Amino acid sequence: MTNVKNTITMNNNIISTDHLTKIFGKFTAVNAISFEVRKGEIFGFLGANGAGKTTALKMLTGLLMPTSGVATVAGYDVRKNPDQVKRRIGYMSQKFSLYEDLTVRENIRLFGGIYGLKMTEIRSKTTDLLQKLQLEPEADKLVGSLPLGWKQKLAFSVALLHDPQIVFLDEPTSGVDPITRRQFWELIYEAAAEGVTLMVTTHYMDEAEYCDRVSIMVDGKIEALDTPRAMKAGFQATDMDEVFRKLARGE
Amino acid sequence: MRTILFLVQKEFLQIFRNRTMLPMLLIMPVVQTLLLSFAANYEIKNLALAVVDHDLSPASRQLTAKFSASGYFKVKNTSFDAKEADDAMANDRVDLILEIPAQFERDLVREKEASVSLTANAINATKAGLGMGYAQNIVRDYNTDFARSKVALAAAGTNPAAANRVQAAVDVVYSNWYNPHLDYKTFMVPGILGEIVSLIICFLTALNIVRERELGTIEQLNVTPVQKWQFILGKLLPFWLLSLLVMTVGLTVGKIVFDIPMLGNLGLVFGYTAAFTPCMLGLGFLISNFADSQQQAMFTAWFFLLIFILMCGLFTPVESMPEWAQVLNYLNPVHYFVAFMRLVLLKGADFHDIQTNFFSVVTYAVAVNGLAVWTYKKRV
Repeated sequence: MTNVKNTITMNNNIISTDHLTKIFGKFTAVNAISFEVRKGEIFGFLGANGAGKTTALKMLTGLLMPTSGVATVAGYDVRKNPDQVKRRIGYMSQKFSLYEDLTVRENIRLFGGIYGLKMTEIRSKTTDLLQKLQLEPEADKLVGSLPLGWKQKLAFSVALLHDPQIVFLDEPTSGVDPITRRQFWELIYEAAAEGVTLMVTTHYMDEAEYCDRVSIMVDGKIEALDTPRAMKAGFQATDMDEVFRKLARGE
Repeated sequence: MRTILFLVQKEFLQIFRNRTMLPMLLIMPVVQTLLLSFAANYEIKNLALAVVDHDLSPASRQLTAKFSASGYFKVKNTSFDAKEADDAMANDRVDLILEIPAQFERDLVREKEASVSLTANAINATKAGLGMGYAQNIVRDYNTDFARSKVALAAAGTNPAAANRVQAAVDVVYSNWYNPHLDYKTFMVPGILGEIVSLIICFLTALNIVRERELGTIEQLNVTPVQKWQFILGKLLPFWLLSLLVMTVGLTVGKIVFDIPMLGNLGLVFGYTAAFTPCMLGLGFLISNFADSQQQAMFTAWFFLLIFILMCGLFTPVESMPEWAQVLNYLNPVHYFVAFMRLVLLKGADFHDIQTNFFSVVTYAVAVNGLAVWTYKKRV
């Protein structure tokens, strides 16, 4: 175990997978994908609906057991040490999943408590977070009463509460207006600047341009993985949208 | 341990903030206890009786008077025409027809024997059966009275032996123990309390867990270091405490409104409830593992609970069910609870008397929760 950890630190890879596969009955959702994510980068995980992004993400976060292959996240094998992995990651799903019938403050306290933060830490982090998101007046309102954009920003901040090394974001901006989307990406950049690795799935191709590196999944396989610039050059495309269409739809 | 406290706190915050949950917990037991206890009554009064008296003698009038004086019958129709009484029954105006033949009195005096005919409308079999039972008692009573007076009169002086024989005839004296006035409310309320606690707890647990699945919050918890057993305890503990609250509300209503006897130790009642409700919690939890939506959970829970409630001995005695049904009842947790409540509240049973029941329930709870945990792990 320590060996693996050392190599990873040396390689500066925080996620590495080797032939990671998930089969549901006869359907292969994720087909032997191998890739690395470097520490501190914003990694875009693209693909059409049903390409296997969410399944791959679920395996990396310990929600699903891989059928075969290896995945190491933050130095731990997801199959052997899912609990160690869970302590070190944050996750924000495409479904809003804070408790709508709890207040902003109560949600923060709950998730802080679950991750084992001390009460003093929870209190100070609550203050910081509310200030940063300018949510102080809303602190004791039910989360369900907030607009979607605010909810998403809150969910992201809660996912960062326990200082995870990696945060997985599964379509965090779907259904959010362009201004909020921009603010959301500012939060992502801010987290990246603090050394957090971010793995983001998205449908918006303009968002793909914001990523350090991007992978495109098609039918359970990673068909391309590079920086947006290199990818556009390779496909002789003007934007990521074109790259995606050429790859995913074989245009 | 700290994690569980955070989860329990969250659960209580949600429960007390929920607009349907609290009324369900506090008002439902009150309404059900009040409603069912008054409505679920096996006693039938004021059966409509048609009398067809062909004799019109003092003896026949006396018999009719005995029927109307009993309190169970109301004479709705008197005629000499059997056809008319039949029509009345066909139109649902009478439940029972008493037909007294001509020469009823003469036969009774001369032959010491006479017959009357009783016809019951058996569309409602329970009503017919009970009515027939009451009627037979009245006729038997009348018989004894009549025989005693006539024979005593006739035999006075000439045949003292015969008079003595009649007076010495076996006289059955009834006494109803544990519920001396045969008050059905006394009998029903403890059972209904058992049923209500079971019902509410099973539904709430199942719906609550499935709700988290529907909303996706369960997934959020699953990516945190919260262990499965912590999640489960965090769910079951609050509802376990609430079951004791529901029990308290129900017992209070039972005491205040119905003045049900509480012969047994109340500590035993709560101790047993605490041991019993994990059966229903586990069952709700098990159901939630097979449901993707609250609707599915609702239907599945209702399927089981309906069977449990109808078979638990609350509305029909378990002893009168066919043997296979009685065996099946070993799997019915509610039947243990209903039996326990009646034994302890009405008979003052102590732990020694109910220990078989108690250990069955504990075994049941362990088994059903084990199964629930196992299926939960497989699912996630």
